[in-house]
Amino acid sequence: MIAELSWLIPAVPAVSAALIFLIGKRLPRHGAEIGITAMAATLVLAIAVAAQVWRANVGVTIDPEGGGGAFLLERAVTLAPLGEDIAVQLGMRVDGLAAMMFVLVALVSLMVHIYSVGYMHGDARYTYYFGLLSLFSFSMLLLVIASDLLVLLVGWELVGVCSFLLIGFWWERKEIQDASMKAFLTTKFGDVGLVVAVVALGGATGSFAIGDILEAVEAGEVSHGLLTFALIAMILGVVGKSAQFPLHTWLPDAMAGPTPVSALIHAATMVTAGGFLVARLYPAFHESAAATGTLAVIGAITLITAGLLALVQSDVKKVLAYSTISQLGYMIAGLAFSYVAGVFHLFTHGFFKALLFLGAGSLIHAAGSNHMEAMGGLRRFMPITFWTFLLGSLALIAVPPFAGFWSKDEVLVSALDAGGYTGILVFALGGVGGLITAFYMTRVLYLVFAGQYRGHGQPHESPASMTFPMIVLAVAAVGIGWVNLPVEAVQARAFSSWVMYDLGYWVEHPVEFHPFLALMATVLALAGVLGAWAIYRTYPERDPMYHLGIVSHVLERRYYLDDLYTDLISRTAVRDLMGPAAAWTNDAVLDGVVAGAGRGAMGLGRRLYRTGDQKGLEGVVNGLGVSALWSAARVRLAQSGNVQLYAGAMFVGVVVLAVAFAVGGN
Amino acid sequence: MAAPELFMLSALVVGGAASLLVVTARNVVHAALFLVVALVSVAASFLWLGAEFLAWAQVLVYVGAVIVLILFGLMLTRAPIGPMAQHNENRKLAAIVAVALFALLTGLNVASFGGETIELRTTGAGQLGEVLYLQWAFPFVVLGFLLTVSLIGALVLARREEGEGPLPDPGPHEEIAAAREPAPTDATPIPGGPTPGREIGSR
Amino acid sequence: MAAIYPLTFAALLFSVGVYGVLSRRNAVLVLMSVELMIAAVVVNLVAMNEIVATQMGDPLLTGQAFALFVLGIGAAEVGVGLAIVLLLYRNRANVNVDDAELMKY
Repeated sequence: MIAELSWLIPAVPAVSAALIFLIGKRLPRHGAEIGITAMAATLVLAIAVAAQVWRANVGVTIDPEGGGGAFLLERAVTLAPLGEDIAVQLGMRVDGLAAMMFVLVALVSLMVHIYSVGYMHGDARYTYYFGLLSLFSFSMLLLVIASDLLVLLVGWELVGVCSFLLIGFWWERKEIQDASMKAFLTTKFGDVGLVVAVVALGGATGSFAIGDILEAVEAGEVSHGLLTFALIAMILGVVGKSAQFPLHTWLPDAMAGPTPVSALIHAATMVTAGGFLVARLYPAFHESAAATGTLAVIGAITLITAGLLALVQSDVKKVLAYSTISQLGYMIAGLAFSYVAGVFHLFTHGFFKALLFLGAGSLIHAAGSNHMEAMGGLRRFMPITFWTFLLGSLALIAVPPFAGFWSKDEVLVSALDAGGYTGILVFALGGVGGLITAFYMTRVLYLVFAGQYRGHGQPHESPASMTFPMIVLAVAAVGIGWVNLPVEAVQARAFSSWVMYDLGYWVEHPVEFHPFLALMATVLALAGVLGAWAIYRTYPERDPMYHLGIVSHVLERRYYLDDLYTDLISRTAVRDLMGPAAAWTNDAVLDGVVAGAGRGAMGLGRRLYRTGDQKGLEGVVNGLGVSALWSAARVRLAQSGNVQLYAGAMFVGVVVLAVAFAVGGN
Repeated sequence: MAAPELFMLSALVVGGAASLLVVTARNVVHAALFLVVALVSVAASFLWLGAEFLAWAQVLVYVGAVIVLILFGLMLTRAPIGPMAQHNENRKLAAIVAVALFALLTGLNVASFGGETIELRTTGAGQLGEVLYLQWAFPFVVLGFLLTVSLIGALVLARREEGEGPLPDPGPHEEIAAAREPAPTDATPIPGGPTPGREIGSR
Repeated sequence: MAAIYPLTFAALLFSVGVYGVLSRRNAVLVLMSVELMIAAVVVNLVAMNEIVATQMGDPLLTGQAFALFVLGIGAAEVGVGLAIVLLLYRNRANVNVDDAELMKY
């Protein structure tokens, strides 16, 4: 039973991190060798565990009446008792979902480690960087393996800290400090909800162990109202961590960190922790229609707004960042309807988005700039980067038979099958989102690789340490979707059985493959590709994105309205706390109306970026700040500085409390 | 009323009156002396409760050491020795809080322990020492550590910083002081300008 | 002996100490009032120890041991407290607690 050794999977990177911080500087390769060796060992272990789960879950015939039957291994050591019967347990919960995450995290982390050897070569804090990478891998794997919500919370916060440190890795520049602080505080805001949820679930079920909580929920021991409250609070944490609307603004700023970090943390692993958490507690979410409905709406809004914003970016990393937010929206929306759809998209997206980020890093390395205006014609100079980036883009655009096609199709199918308002919403916006995705990725491909080189200096292909990980991930981006082929001849739906927590449930709720739907999605994607091709083929150097002054009368008036809304709102938001709520609604409603309007959508996206994102949400932030100042000016008068007055107030409180207890106690 | 209760009542009356005088006396030295009386009556109440060792520890530590320390404190801070107003504007609030607290505590005591009696016994130093060194050994060591730390802390806090307070007399040590602080070569001090070292103490 | 006598003594000392802490201006007098409150706690500990011993026996002498610890901590408190008062005096040339209000708004 190799799965019994799963605890080694987070332990190895932890030891590696400690070693790198302690002795890394004195080693010939300054700590990189420790990190790479450790992650390679972790990957081997992860694959072994995953294989065991695979053998146990895939191809097993399940009696639909019996239920259960999925691989599950739980081991725990009690760390500290809390009161009579609640205890904190350090334990592991290894099932298909955890095994899947092990493979994803270990593989991407190993690739990023190898890539960083080339990318970070010569950096002043090289050893520190590798130590942080190992520390992050440990935290993420701890989050994944945890059998207890409190330990999961520890991992959750640790990845947040690592993200903060790595975004601010080049902290000498002010805007990078600000970006890391923004990322940290925004996700912390969401974490408040998560803590509330953990305490509520723990209090309601008498245990923090995930297994116990799920059992209690399925047995109906938790009242429906409390469960919904806890899950909605938990969704707040998910929204913060997975950069969902309206807490998504930190992720584009987080691109200030080193690019391999963006690939690992802000594309493949940490931002998917929100989706992972929902999947972890899926049986509980399954009980609450309000919670899954919230997930669906948030996911749908996010996938379309972020997709529109990706249209008007000139920074290649920011395109990928908004694309990541959009794809995370697909995951969250998919989880609302089908466990497998969301988890599968999480899995495939991790590979191809990491590949795209590594490719972007390679481009930035060569061109010396993030901006696509300074690139162009790089196909001739960097063939390997070009081909791998192309494969990753095809996977993201969801062209069959690449990875993204299978998983995005699953999301759309499950949304349509579920039906209802939310199902239709997710299906429609998801389809349009596919078109937008195809459009912006094609735009990036043309701007970066076609035409003449517009930058300075001589671009060159990256060293082997950087191209090797890209090739490995490109193979995954092409083929990883095939693990869930809907073909009976091979092993139909192997991935679904692999990650499923309850094989009986899977037999009852299969997701069918609809050839017509798949065709429709593909046509939409191709339409996006063709649209971008039509625009960027003839004028690849002159981006119409920034020359949208002449648009139709209606659209222009709409922009006028948009300006009015946002100006009015951002002005009132400063004085009035009611403004922000209206701003959100208006932005969201407007987006919904304009979505899919072809070129007009690009203009809206630009406006949205400048006004909605930069002003509307900033207005909320400023409004909160001003109201805090206003109330502070009054409340601070109580701070007279007289210690004895404070002590007097304290004793008054003591007397009042004691009387209350004495009266209430009897 | 039996004898022990009379004794305890006398400790209560004497100690209570002395403590009231501690917090109301207009002369700070008188307040310190009333504190001696209050603490001695506390020690006396220990005796009536049979805690002999504690009673003598109280006398030694508080009546001996702490009172001397407080008197030194009064002297070093040049507290105005003589009658004067020693209360701030919180006096009414303080009185209300204190009376309410006393009423509350007494009410709770009567409600909880009104019917309880104490069977008097005597606890010798030997008994206390035995449990202290066997059962309470670890907290006892920690307490010793705490005392050491607070001793060092008090030293650090009360120590005169370099250049703070009155300057040392120029004398045989002048050379050493000069070696420690090399005289400025190009910036001559302005005559009559403020001397940072003296400014603080002379205010 | 009725348990209420020592307990009342402790309550009286504590309340008077609170009054002193809240109303005195001179920091040394505040410290003296704190000593009264500590003494009240010690009296309570010893009295409770005897009450418990009367009811169920107390081989560990918990209350008295704790009383001894509180005595020690009280002595440490006076030492550090007076050091702080001296520092206050050196920096501000007086020891009035209500003048030390730098931390106000």
